[in-house]
Amino acid sequence: MYAFDIECPTSVADAVTALQAEEAQPLSGGQTLIPTLKQRLAAPSTLVSLTKIPEMQGIEASGGTVRIGGAVTHATVAASVGQAYPALADLASRIGDPAVRNRGTIGGSLANNDPSACYPAAALGSGATIITNTREIAADDYFQGMFVTALEEGEIVTGVSFPVPEKANYQKFIQPASRFPLVAVFVAKYGDGVRVAVTGASNEGVFRWAEAEQALSANFSADAVSGLQVDDSNLIADLHGSADYRAHLIKVMTGRAVTAAA
Amino acid sequence: MAKVSMTVNGTSVSREVEGQTLLVSMLREDLRLTGTHVGCDTSQCGACVVHVNGKAVKSCTMFAVEADGAEVSTIEGQANADGTLSTIQQAFQEHHGLQCGFCTPGMVMSAAALLKDNPTPTEGEVRAYLDGNICRCTGYHNIVKAIMAASGQDVSAIAAE
Repeated sequence: MYAFDIECPTSVADAVTALQAEEAQPLSGGQTLIPTLKQRLAAPSTLVSLTKIPEMQGIEASGGTVRIGGAVTHATVAASVGQAYPALADLASRIGDPAVRNRGTIGGSLANNDPSACYPAAALGSGATIITNTREIAADDYFQGMFVTALEEGEIVTGVSFPVPEKANYQKFIQPASRFPLVAVFVAKYGDGVRVAVTGASNEGVFRWAEAEQALSANFSADAVSGLQVDDSNLIADLHGSADYRAHLIKVMTGRAVTAAA
Repeated sequence: MAKVSMTVNGTSVSREVEGQTLLVSMLREDLRLTGTHVGCDTSQCGACVVHVNGKAVKSCTMFAVEADGAEVSTIEGQANADGTLSTIQQAFQEHHGLQCGFCTPGMVMSAAALLKDNPTPTEGEVRAYLDGNICRCTGYHNIVKAIMAASGQDVSAIAAE
């Protein structure tokens, strides 16, 4: 790693101030950032830790909404939202491994927007609201491509608000070496329709599968998607799977998610 | 440089460290607690697992500064006060849960974290919990068996040693 300093502010306001320093970068759980720093793919002058800020901790479930602080770990989400939003707890319980889940955070995952990460699928699939130190951003506007989000320089994800669906499920086909999704699909059924978010598959990062949403909104069963075709022109093709294979997996995982949710 | 203070295996320690100093580097190089191993240095293998405030973490993927004020437990703190092996360590010995031993510190620390939260896990739960601990010698059977035995369960039906 290149040399840097670490600051550990205890308020969002202090973190925002610290991030105004030149080449300062936020550090949440670090489960992606620290390996990146080891490879010298980033050279911050200062890392601003977000994990000792009380206002970024905590989970509140009320009025059909689950609000999770940006620095809440995957392990805490897995252990805490099982009643309020079981599909979200299930997703969190299968990210990485136990030690990674004890450090990695929801805000860090959403800020990084890895094209194969799990949380972006839950946020987009739930139509969540990403809460930052300056504004609230709808998930549909937040995810803007592989590792690209609507966040401005120095803007911090302080929380995420999930509207709780009637039914939901997350199906993940794991890439066996990285344990990230090769393809994973989050399906959520709301009173006003179904949302389907796909991660791991696209060169554009997480995306909604509109045809499946329409079909499932009319008929919430795996049969409704069995005749659909996924356009594979912009899907990831690498040694782990061709674009065609990922297109097929999207359909299969969507069907499994619907069956498991129903 | 920043001053960090923490409790390691019940002893208060303070050191001046650089921002980029990993927790595992401080444990091994500054405190000379070399029982915690660095296998991959890429968060995959789990040889560096320690407990920070009671939670299993990969100490190669956490900065020492982030553990300021924390209670840290390492493999050196696992034995009983009289120096005899802990139940988990003893079970690893009895059930041949190690061959070269390189992964063992992380395996024991993960096992301790699992059994604290889930005192009588199923074999499947043990295997799932060891998702982030890689052993290249044993094929895991005897590690799983040792952890099941340490939990006080009958292991006679689990794969042969």
